[in-house]
Amino acid sequence: MSRLSTVAAPALLLALLIGLWAGICSLFNLPAYLLPTPWAVAEALVMRAPQLGSAALQTIWMAVQALLLSSLLGGGLAVLLSLSRTAERAARPLAIALQVTPIVAIAPLVQIWVGLDRADMAVVILAACVAFFPIFSGVLTGLKSADPDLERLFDLYGASRVQRLVRLRLPSAVPFAFEGLRVAAGLAVIGAVVAEFVAGTGATQGLAWRLLEAANRLRTAEMIAALVWLAALGLSLNGLIALTARYLAPDPTDPRSISRR
Amino acid sequence: MAEQGSAPLVVLEGAELHYGPDRILGPYSLSLSKGEIVAVVGASGAGKSSLLRLLAGLETAKGRAESRVAPGRTGFVFQSPTLMPWADARTNTALPLELRGLSAHEALQRADQALAEVGLADHARQRPHALSGGMAMRVALARAVVTDPLLLLLDEPFAALDSVTRRRLMEQLHVLWDIRRPTVVFVTHDVEEAVFLAARVVVLGPGGRTYRIHETPGPLPRPPHWRAEGSFRAMVETVAADLAAAMDRATPERAS
Repeated sequence: MSRLSTVAAPALLLALLIGLWAGICSLFNLPAYLLPTPWAVAEALVMRAPQLGSAALQTIWMAVQALLLSSLLGGGLAVLLSLSRTAERAARPLAIALQVTPIVAIAPLVQIWVGLDRADMAVVILAACVAFFPIFSGVLTGLKSADPDLERLFDLYGASRVQRLVRLRLPSAVPFAFEGLRVAAGLAVIGAVVAEFVAGTGATQGLAWRLLEAANRLRTAEMIAALVWLAALGLSLNGLIALTARYLAPDPTDPRSISRR
Repeated sequence: MAEQGSAPLVVLEGAELHYGPDRILGPYSLSLSKGEIVAVVGASGAGKSSLLRLLAGLETAKGRAESRVAPGRTGFVFQSPTLMPWADARTNTALPLELRGLSAHEALQRADQALAEVGLADHARQRPHALSGGMAMRVALARAVVTDPLLLLLDEPFAALDSVTRRRLMEQLHVLWDIRRPTVVFVTHDVEEAVFLAARVVVLGPGGRTYRIHETPGPLPRPPHWRAEGSFRAMVETVAADLAAAMDRATPERAS
């Protein structure tokens, strides 16, 4: 029953919204460039599937690369900083500064650094900048979240720094890392699209480019179809990570419940 | 239980815990003989847990605090099982040995043995979330004794368990103690538990000062039916009265 409702409830809501949308279209007789009917969007989804599909693949590939890059950098840096309180204090403001800098503002800089002909690389770097912080912050928080009594036990048995990191802090950080990764995945997709808008200029051929192209021609149905692809991408990336998390960290919401009881 | 002429294992004399210039707990005065079981009772805030940390060498004290326990030969059991949730029972039990540099193979073998001693041989591969509270606490006991400790410290380990499980674990603790005869210090707020488990019961007064030390009658390990006997009830009443007196004395001090 609950399993059915997890699938049925969102599907029902979606159907309702589409019905409402179709109702508005037929009731007010709006022009297609303002609000196309659901059928027109469906048609665009089918007719433009080859173009939109390959563009979506391009975008998701850049987002995945950005996610890998930011995981490597964010996770690695968090582990390094967890070893020294001073280093953490020194680096945290910089990490926050990176977090609050709008991607649009640094796009031209990154474009100049990687070269104007390497638009795809610029997009990956920019998206990685956006995805960096939740991973960095999640892993760093996770590394410091180990059960204090377990930390004391490691003290008692004279554990080395490496033993403490490998046997206690890294495993404790896994659920937090996955939570960070889930947030980062959404941001990486957003980051890839935004970066493509500001740095892509057609060279990247991703979804943003399709959106721009369709907008310039007032093909509103095609724009919405691109958005549908984008939503599907975001959802599947999120689902993939949630699935991996369930496999690697079986009970992520409640990792230390036993020892806390 | 006056000791067999050998030098005490641990001596605390006027040992105080300081935070900056301020004394926060102590002075503690306690002498532990080899192989004895000592229970420590006291009001909350009397510094029972700090006393254990001091005995474990996790805190440094001013005053005399001498221990002949080699590093790594102390076992510790916390109020909660404090197991690593991602690791199964045997990996949890083997942890102290692996931290000491034993090969994983040997450590796991000794962990299996320790788990068998607490009656969990069949649950060695289970993770903590699959174990009941009492079973998880047994794993914690196995982990504490796997290093063959000279000094075994327990910080209200059974407080969160139901009374049946608690009694079983108390008997389990005596069985474990009888195998290797470590010195055991057991902190509790339950006077019956203290009297049943220990040969000596230390009543802590305000700030960790020793209020009185009682020697309990009869040899260890106890037969379970001792709880029904007059000598047990009388001892419990005596210690409980002392504890109440020590707590009353704490009140004016706390107010000042």
